[in-house]
Amino acid sequence: MDTEEYRDHPVRSYVLTSGRAHPSRNTLRPETLVRAVESRPVLSTASRLERELVELCRGTLALAEVAAYLQLPVSLVAVMVSDLVDTGNLTIRSNHQAHVLPGKDILEKILDGLRKL
Amino acid sequence: MDSASSDRPATGQHLAPTVARSVKVLVVGAFGVGKTTLIGAVSEIDPLRTEERITTASVGIDPGQPNKETTTVAMDFGRITVTDDIALYLFGTPGQRRFWDLWAGLADGAVGALVMIDTRHLEDSFEVLDQLELRTKIPFAVVVNQFPDSPNYPLERVRAALDLLPETPIVECDARDRQSAVLTLITLVEHAMTFPVFQKVNA
Repeated sequence: MDTEEYRDHPVRSYVLTSGRAHPSRNTLRPETLVRAVESRPVLSTASRLERELVELCRGTLALAEVAAYLQLPVSLVAVMVSDLVDTGNLTIRSNHQAHVLPGKDILEKILDGLRKL
Repeated sequence: MDSASSDRPATGQHLAPTVARSVKVLVVGAFGVGKTTLIGAVSEIDPLRTEERITTASVGIDPGQPNKETTTVAMDFGRITVTDDIALYLFGTPGQRRFWDLWAGLADGAVGALVMIDTRHLEDSFEVLDQLELRTKIPFAVVVNQFPDSPNYPLERVRAALDLLPETPIVECDARDRQSAVLTLITLVEHAMTFPVFQKVNA
C-alpha cells in the first residue's frame, strides 16, 4: 500500500487517526520537540506510518519537521504524535508547558547565541 | 520502502541531544517579500515546507452555502540551534487575509514576529500590521527587505507611512545575507525583552 495516495486528501488522511482531528493532548505546537523512546518497542498494531514516524524521531525533531519529512499536515501529525506519547513510544523533549512564554533568562541566552552567529 | 519514500531522508537532520527547549519566531509578510529567503539565510537546515489545512470564513455570504471553506496553507520554516540547549524555529506565514486565523494560533507562545516589508508595495503591509496588532499581542519588528530596485526611502519615512509606534523597531535587511538576517532576529529579541510578559524567569 502506498501512503502517497493518502496525501492531500483530508478524508483519507484522517482515517489514519481513526477519524480524530484533535490530539489527545493540546500541548503540542509546531515547535514542540519530540524524540523516540528507544527502549520501547512499537506496538504490533502500529501502522506503517506510525513506525516511520518513530523511526524518524530517533533523534530530536520539532513536530513541524516530522510533518515536513512525512509530507503530512502538522495537525494530523500532532494526533499521531500524541497517540505515540500515550503508548510510550515518543517523549516530548521540550520541557515547557503550552501557553507558557519563554522567560527573560531564556531570551538572554538566545540573544547571546544569536550574537555569536 | 516504496519509491515515494526515497525522495526524503530516512532520518531527519536531528537536533543535538542537548537541545531540550524550542522557541519560535514568526516571519510574516506578503507573497514574494522574501520570507523564505530570510529563513534560508539563517537556518542551519535547508528550509522545510509543511502544509496545514485551515478552515476559513469565506468572504461574502451565500445563504445557501456553509460560510466556511478549507484552504491549504504552506509554511516554510527553518531552525537555528542558538545555544547547546535551545533551538530557535522560524516559521514563515503568508500575509493574506484568509490566513489570519492561522497566525493567531501560531503566535501562541512565539517570542515575536518579523514583519517583512517591500517598499515597492508598501500598501500590502498595512493590513498585515493592523491584524498583527489586533489579533496577537506579540512583539514585532519591521524588516525592510532591500531589493535591487527598491526606492531608497529613509527608514523614518517608511515608519511614518506605516504609522508604527515609536518603540517598534524598523530595520533594513538583505534577506539573502546571513548576518543581515541574524541582525533582524537580534533586533526582535531585544525588543521582546522590553515586554512585561517576558520578564518572568521560568527556567
